[in-house]
Amino acid sequence: MKYTQKVIDHFRNPRNQGKINNADAVSEKGNPACGDVMRIYLKIGENDDKKIIEDIKFETFGCAAAIAVTSILTEMVKGRTLEEALQLNKDEIVKELGGLPAQKIHCSMLGVDTLHEAIKQYQNKN
Amino acid sequence: MSARRIYLDHSATTPLEPKVLEAMMPFLTDKFGNPNSIHSFGQEALTGVDEARQILADFLNCQTSEIVFTSGATEANNLAIRGLIKALKKRRGDDYKMHIITSSIEHPAILEPCRELERQGIEVTYLPVDRKGIIKMGALEKSIKDNTVLVSIMYVNNEVGSVQPIRKIGKLIKKINEKRDREWRNTRVSERGQRPEPIYFHTDAVQAVNFFNCDVAWNYIDMLSLSGHKIYGPKGIGALYVREGVPIYPIELGGHQERNRRSGTLNVPGIVGLGAAIKLLGKRRDKGNITTKQEKYNKKISCLRDRLVKGILANIPQAKLNTDLNDSTPAHANFIFPGVEGESVLLLLDLEGIAVSTGSACASSNLEASHVLLAMGIKKEIAHSSIRFTLGRHTTSVQIDKVIRVLPPIIKKLRNISTEWNE
Repeated sequence: MKYTQKVIDHFRNPRNQGKINNADAVSEKGNPACGDVMRIYLKIGENDDKKIIEDIKFETFGCAAAIAVTSILTEMVKGRTLEEALQLNKDEIVKELGGLPAQKIHCSMLGVDTLHEAIKQYQNKN
Repeated sequence: MSARRIYLDHSATTPLEPKVLEAMMPFLTDKFGNPNSIHSFGQEALTGVDEARQILADFLNCQTSEIVFTSGATEANNLAIRGLIKALKKRRGDDYKMHIITSSIEHPAILEPCRELERQGIEVTYLPVDRKGIIKMGALEKSIKDNTVLVSIMYVNNEVGSVQPIRKIGKLIKKINEKRDREWRNTRVSERGQRPEPIYFHTDAVQAVNFFNCDVAWNYIDMLSLSGHKIYGPKGIGALYVREGVPIYPIELGGHQERNRRSGTLNVPGIVGLGAAIKLLGKRRDKGNITTKQEKYNKKISCLRDRLVKGILANIPQAKLNTDLNDSTPAHANFIFPGVEGESVLLLLDLEGIAVSTGSACASSNLEASHVLLAMGIKKEIAHSSIRFTLGRHTTSVQIDKVIRVLPPIIKKLRNISTEWNE
């Protein structure tokens, strides 16, 4: 299976890419020896007494799929509550990207794990 | 090929030369006969096969009877290794303990048959390589045992382009074989047992044929694999040179073609195309010299390769060249760009119309980093950041300059996204 247009679009023009200097949580997962490393920065805000992801940025070392996964994931959870973001699973990401080649599905899992790790980090601190 | 696109992946495959296609056309149309048929249709097809076989024999400096046409180099490699071991088992019995020596940077078409044989109880030594991707003669000599029957070392590595000392290896094996035989002869008849098998020397020369001398006599080679589509010929055709007297048992059974070494109706258009492609490489010269045509191509290609290497090293910080320019084909330039992953670079280049390849796991189906780069001592952490350029006969300086212009901003962009890079 080839990459979808949507994967290529997010790979070429990644959304929310970069750092947040005073982030409320930062998580990193993956290993350069395996070819993928993802880092997610979160800025948490409040809306109607609920904690929401006010801002999210990512950095990724990896293939087109890894970059596209982190890019689309940030779009999917920005402005959402932490509970909603914790519900996000890999299948939704793959669906949103219009599919991923079978050997790239692990990239979507790594993306979800990195996001959830950042959220839990924040929840444990507060 | 579209004029806009730039193809720098000649180790993967090469475009078919128009002259090769021209030679093949009659055998794809009117001359469709089976060369095993006795009637005129068969005989005209056989004429095409015979001519191609003669061209190969001239280029390799061997007899036409020593050429076995195969579906490609993968089959040629399988036939060389599995066919030899099978034949020796038939000759010496299933309990015959054998030892094979190969290198750790071989193509999977060598490594996987070797691993399969290991599972069947045959011992295999995988020689390490140095930082240039070259085996050490001392290590090879030390690893040879009394029961070593096969040494299979590739002529040129496909990923980094390193050239192995094929003639030296051939000479060493010849010397050891002569000594083995002398000792056996000098032992009393009652004590000496069965005459020892010699060590057979096979080389996978797929990536060498374009650039280097493939005279099997000069290089002391017993078996040599080559492929059509790596030398501007068609896909689906290759050949194995098997020196007279080297035992080979067929892998496929059935049609008894190729003097019982490879069954299956001959791929006549492919064989004719392979012959035409070899013919375009020019006439073999003596004493290990390359042909004047090879000389001409090598000069042109290495000039462009050096331009590419200089341009990349000058414009991309921390770019690391994995190809040793003095000990490689003129066409290879394998780089590591720390901080970025190879498949990402490949895709962004492709979006600019430039085709290259990568040793990154992410671009392969097995998710393992290149075994060649790892064997050369390159750390796993950066092995995923490799990009291979392989130039060809039709590469131009305009194309190279475009790569030098387009690549640095791509690397910069990906490093900017990367967790593994800090400016």
